[in-house]
Amino acid sequence: MANEKNYPLIFELSKEGRIGYSLPELDVPEVDLTQELGTEYVRHIEPDLPEVSELQIMRHYTGLSRRNHGVDSGFYPLGSCTMKYNPKINEDVARFEGFSFVHPLQEEKTAQGALALMYDLQTSLQEITGMHEVTLQPAAGAHGEWTGLMMIRAFHESNGDFNRTKVIVPDSAHGTNPASATVAGFESVTVKSDERGLVDLDDLRRVVGSDTAALMLTNPNTLGLFEEHILEMASIVHEAGGRLYYDGANLNAILGYTRPGDMGFDVVHLNLHKTFTGPHGGGGPGSGPVGVSKELAPFLPKPVLTKNKQGYFFDYDRPNSIGRVKPYYGNFGINVRAYTYIRTMGPDGLKQVSEYAVLNANYMMRRLQSEFDLPFKQHCKHEFVLSGKNQKKLGVRTLDIAKRLLDFGYHPPTIYFPLNVEEALMIEPTETESKETLDEFIDAMLQIAKEARENPEIVQEAPHTTVINRLDETLAARKPVLRYEKDNIE
Amino acid sequence: MSFRYLPMTETDKKEMLDTIGIQSTEELFQDIPEKVRFKGRLNIKEATSEPELTQELKALADQNVNVKSHTSFLGAGVYDHYIPSIVDHVISRSEFYTAYTPYQPEISQGELQAIFEFQTMICELTGMEVSNSSMYDGGTALAEAVNLSAGQTKKKKVIVSKAIHPESMDVIKTYAKGFDLEIVEINHKNGLTDLVALEAALDDETASVVIQYPNFFGQIEPLQEVQKLLENAKKAMFIVSSNPLALGYLTPPAVFGADIVTGDAQVFGIPAQFGGPHCGYFATTKKLMRKVPGRLVGQTVDEEGQRGFVLTLQAREQHIRRDKATSNICSNQALNALAASVAMTALGKKGIKEMAYMNMQKARYAKSTFEKAGFEIAFDGPFFNEFVVRCKKDVSAINDELVNKGIIGGLNLRKMDPSMTDQMLVAVTELRTKAEIDQFVKELSDING
Repeated sequence: MANEKNYPLIFELSKEGRIGYSLPELDVPEVDLTQELGTEYVRHIEPDLPEVSELQIMRHYTGLSRRNHGVDSGFYPLGSCTMKYNPKINEDVARFEGFSFVHPLQEEKTAQGALALMYDLQTSLQEITGMHEVTLQPAAGAHGEWTGLMMIRAFHESNGDFNRTKVIVPDSAHGTNPASATVAGFESVTVKSDERGLVDLDDLRRVVGSDTAALMLTNPNTLGLFEEHILEMASIVHEAGGRLYYDGANLNAILGYTRPGDMGFDVVHLNLHKTFTGPHGGGGPGSGPVGVSKELAPFLPKPVLTKNKQGYFFDYDRPNSIGRVKPYYGNFGINVRAYTYIRTMGPDGLKQVSEYAVLNANYMMRRLQSEFDLPFKQHCKHEFVLSGKNQKKLGVRTLDIAKRLLDFGYHPPTIYFPLNVEEALMIEPTETESKETLDEFIDAMLQIAKEARENPEIVQEAPHTTVINRLDETLAARKPVLRYEKDNIE
Repeated sequence: MSFRYLPMTETDKKEMLDTIGIQSTEELFQDIPEKVRFKGRLNIKEATSEPELTQELKALADQNVNVKSHTSFLGAGVYDHYIPSIVDHVISRSEFYTAYTPYQPEISQGELQAIFEFQTMICELTGMEVSNSSMYDGGTALAEAVNLSAGQTKKKKVIVSKAIHPESMDVIKTYAKGFDLEIVEINHKNGLTDLVALEAALDDETASVVIQYPNFFGQIEPLQEVQKLLENAKKAMFIVSSNPLALGYLTPPAVFGADIVTGDAQVFGIPAQFGGPHCGYFATTKKLMRKVPGRLVGQTVDEEGQRGFVLTLQAREQHIRRDKATSNICSNQALNALAASVAMTALGKKGIKEMAYMNMQKARYAKSTFEKAGFEIAFDGPFFNEFVVRCKKDVSAINDELVNKGIIGGLNLRKMDPSMTDQMLVAVTELRTKAEIDQFVKELSDING
């Protein structure tokens, strides 16, 4: 069924009169609603939702799931996304009724267990990042970035400094960095990388000035390289009056080895769905806590979770707060999972996570550099970036290599990112994969390199084994069909 | 020490170090300057075994009153609804929950098609032409709509009804600071947006008007009247935040000329989870399709003409457009959108209407029971499944007593608006039985005195 061509939409299974739900009989006397509402507010055209039975629904979605690749299905070395194993105890704990069915607006004294967990998570994240205070409110990494930048903006403005309009981002930065800067009302300025893939200090000195609000940095950067000159960078930015923002997307490389707070960062966001095993969910939900230095703590979004002798409570009396960034208190369900993971690993476990994440990446990098161009030669951290330019000369593009990997049962690496590497392949194995898995993937990559030399068509025409071939993305964008309509589908 | 998520053995490690040509993994961290290397041991709790941790966290969870342990009349944006069993079975398929954003369509058709179906269902409910694949929640979806309206109209003034969820209002204000927008708040009068004040505030400099339908107090705002007022401010966009379950029975906002409809699909198959993750939705017109924040899934064909789905119109998004993107959103709430899709599918055309209808009938029964017991109901207009009861005491004090009787009372409105003392926002969903409602009114009468 999963391989079926033109897999039906749920709407195409619909037949009038079928149901997939079970509600109790109405046990109260009925009143005339139309009279109360007036005919203009009573819906006349029913929403055309599917009419299907419960088994049909289960088969439909089971079939769809079989047309999808997750970490549990196979290796998923998608760079910068940290596709590590999602522990099952996390799922069980998050589903305890005392966590999953707590209402956010019930009286605080009736939710002390939930608040205790959040408080302990905040405290653990403060220690892991070396920051003074942490908020759990942001829903995802990009949301955390924007929250952090809004705090930096509020900080400068509280000093009467309204001219700091620019946020500096490296050319290797995630796309969310400049986008978050824009949404926070800043203009972004790019700083170049040098020949070793690190921020060019001279270029940084050139772009930094009295208009600098912040430098946003991922460290290790998106090339998987540690910015060795971090202390010089911090002093260049701080001396100019700017603040340092840490994009925590790559925290998986440094747990217990170094901390953003110790490197001089003023604001940090974390992606709990990456380093701390909240599952990616097919694109969310995430959780993007933000940690700050003491200087920036007054600007944290409110309410701030705190405690006194009576117990845990939310403090709304925060006059310098940037305000609320999300209704309620963040993606609690994801925070429960992250907390469960931190408690499972403890201090030694977390350090081993980074040790193996880095070992695995370096091992793969060294074995693959025989066939693939490696633009930056030094040891990497948790991920590395290859260039497909050797293969491109043979007419095989990085996109083709990615598609060919599908035939071997792998999710491809991140491709064409970062932007400063030609035909980039960004590989992040994570620490939860066995050596056998890494070796098998390396063999597949070497096989593809061989095919590119000897039989390029097999790569260029890949994939050969998936439920669908390469899709016409131009058509999708030129004539957008964004919903099912009975008429436009033959 | 060994960990069950870390498979490398000492032999593996030795072989790998040899391949790299180093003696120990410490050498891989030499690029971290000595001065910033963390020398200590993280001061966090020690590793805990699976059975011990499960037991400990179960005990922590059991400290929390919840809508399963108690009978809940608390709503205010997060509701206790029927969750078909099938929902959790579907979203527990690990091919869905352990996947990431479907950037590789050939092995992500399941997720892509599920999102395409979600988009379709949201369009059906709201009456709008286009829906994205989800936002963090209803509050941030609304804030993104406000930002979009300012960008589209090139105006900075946004008029927002104070009868929207107060926490959404707070989020709008925080987002608005990024683009220096002016938020003009319109008071409510008898539980509805004051249309006289709205009319006075509307002008050619207005980017948009924001109304919640049904509003925070459960009242059904007269969108038709708002639409008429908007005819005098042609540039202003009409943004409606809507509980999508209510749209199973109420006329959808599109009929009243809404340009953007947002809201939260938590009502469909998503537990309260202490406030998140829920599932924001964002629906709009074809005209604004290329300005939509977040991910969109579109239909296309493969080389053999077979139907398939891809992420599309990505030129709007941060990973392509960077600082020119329409929003910075990347991760959204895909798994929650899947949960909502399954619940909407299970309910189907008939069930969604039936469930909405049951909410309205049960809420009316509760309201009349309160009235019979001598309570005053604050607002008398048409409503969905919530209404405001005036009490004689502080509502938090009442709730403290109710919880001992096994009941989670309604929201103390004073927490949201200090002027609204002794008023309780009561939500009655299809899950509340007549007996539970009768019991609630009786207990509240006894406490109220």
